[in-house]
Amino acid sequence: MTEIFGVPTQALFGQLLIGLINGAFYAMLSLGLAVIFGLLNIINFTHGAQYMMGAFCSYFLLQYAGVGYWWSLFIAPVVVGATGVVIERTMLSRLYKLDHLYGLLLTFGLALIVQGVFTNYYGSSGLPYRIPDELSGGINLGFMFLPKYRAWVIVASVAICAATWFLIERTKLGSYLRAATENRTLVQAFGINVPRMITLTYGFGVGLAAFAGVMAAPIYQVNPQMGANMIIVVFAVVVIGGMGSILGAIITGFGLGVIEGLTKVFYPEASNTVIFVIMVIVLLIKPAGLFGKER
Amino acid sequence: MVGASPAVAKNALAGAVPDAARPFLVATAVMAGALALAPHVGIYPVFLMKALCFALFACAFNLLIGFGGLLSFGHAMFLGTAGYVSAHAAKEWGAPPELAILAGTAASALLGVVSGALAIRRQGIYFAMITLALAQMIFFFCVQAPFTHGEDGIQAVPRGKLFGLIDLSNTLVMYYVVLAIFLGAFLLIFRVIHSPFGNVLKAIRENEPRAISLGYDAERYKLLAFVLSATLSGLAGATKAIVFQLASLTDVHWTMSGEVVLMTLLGGMGTIFGPVVGAFAIIGLESYLAGFGQWVTVITGGIFVVCVLAFRRGIVGELGAWWVARKN
Repeated sequence: MTEIFGVPTQALFGQLLIGLINGAFYAMLSLGLAVIFGLLNIINFTHGAQYMMGAFCSYFLLQYAGVGYWWSLFIAPVVVGATGVVIERTMLSRLYKLDHLYGLLLTFGLALIVQGVFTNYYGSSGLPYRIPDELSGGINLGFMFLPKYRAWVIVASVAICAATWFLIERTKLGSYLRAATENRTLVQAFGINVPRMITLTYGFGVGLAAFAGVMAAPIYQVNPQMGANMIIVVFAVVVIGGMGSILGAIITGFGLGVIEGLTKVFYPEASNTVIFVIMVIVLLIKPAGLFGKER
Repeated sequence: MVGASPAVAKNALAGAVPDAARPFLVATAVMAGALALAPHVGIYPVFLMKALCFALFACAFNLLIGFGGLLSFGHAMFLGTAGYVSAHAAKEWGAPPELAILAGTAASALLGVVSGALAIRRQGIYFAMITLALAQMIFFFCVQAPFTHGEDGIQAVPRGKLFGLIDLSNTLVMYYVVLAIFLGAFLLIFRVIHSPFGNVLKAIRENEPRAISLGYDAERYKLLAFVLSATLSGLAGATKAIVFQLASLTDVHWTMSGEVVLMTLLGGMGTIFGPVVGAFAIIGLESYLAGFGQWVTVITGGIFVVCVLAFRRGIVGELGAWWVARKN
């Protein structure tokens, strides 16, 4: 067996793959947070709960309606995104004139409600979700065994991140969005319905979280607590990357996932904390974050 | 700034002017009297001690959010760390309770210096996320470190004898010691808020660039407020560990950070008595609903939502506003 730095290559590439997978989820979630923050100026604490709702939605679809994985990739984001639209219309929209911190407190409360309700009915043990037949099994690459589903997660998340980047940075709609981020009143004066755009942006960000949840369902088990621990790490990712740039959120997400994976190989005791340690270092060197602008 | 509308700022209970000191002292005396009598009118001392520890924790937290405008989402790290250190000191080193509490408080103060220096490098929402992430780091450290005993926590911590004289194993004696600690810290916080330091802090909260242009080193003031808040949270955590003879992961978990935010929000951010009222309300609610399992989380979340949407001044803030409106 070949070794690199005294570590078997199998283990190294295995952890690297897990790191990339985690990174894919960090990237998708921090991307959604960044999109929402850009326009709403709210840090969406419910993001983790909405990621969990996405996973549960696909579980329900399969369990009670016989709807498989591929359809839930579309249905779950739309359903969870719709709940996001309701939340934005009924609650968040009342807070825009207030301090941004109230948005954080409100979404924190909502996250507690959602998690509490799901924990009540489904306990804290995980529910299994089967990998779709098309993606079960794996490919032997010679130096490692690559499960097909994991390869799919990486490809799909890169694609969705790229599509989001394209939508925001390169389309007309995206340019309205960026303009509204800079100066909402001015954009409204040009006859663009900004409140509706804000609502849909929140729905989109939430849908992105739910999409990540569906993708996560076959890898991690479907569990009411799955979002709670994730969201805190994603917050650290967001602090490291800075929320100024879409591309920055994607790169930071994947990068930190890989670093976390490598830490599991070389110094497993620190694997839980490495991202927080990196956050501390980044704060000392570049307080605005790697891709952020000091405002 | 969160929570202070002009009405609250004028509110007598928030006490921005020296005239306000008299009603404050009267109200404090009433509160102290009521708390001293409480165990004799059928309220469980254990419940009261728990509520007092959390009231102190919430007051310390309020010092930061209500008067410094800094929302920390990681205050559990101070409560929990102090709890572990004082429990360890009392159990493994055989330290008397006063030294154990002092050791826990000092540990939190130190942690406050380090984490505060990092967190004040960013503002607003970032500040909240950084404190949350730092607290999560401390949580993972506590899960792994051998001296915390992981999931079991440090159990059967001896209460010992205060100053080698007063036996704390008597619940009522313990209660009066906790009450004394609470009242001491409460008066200290009042004193700090009305000191020149407190006024500069409020100036920074309202308009940081202007305070800087007047020559105040804003970062230093914020750091000092953060450390003070961390130290007093540590005092609460250390006392709690001695009272309940237990230090566990619950106290370092992020839900605890959320809970102290809730207590302060419900009672009234930026009011002196708000956090005390909020802590008693939440602890009372939790012990009342103890049999309902996870529904407590749902109700807690619901209170958050209602407070933010309809009740931003909190119980004491709303009462104060009503009082001011009635007088005019």
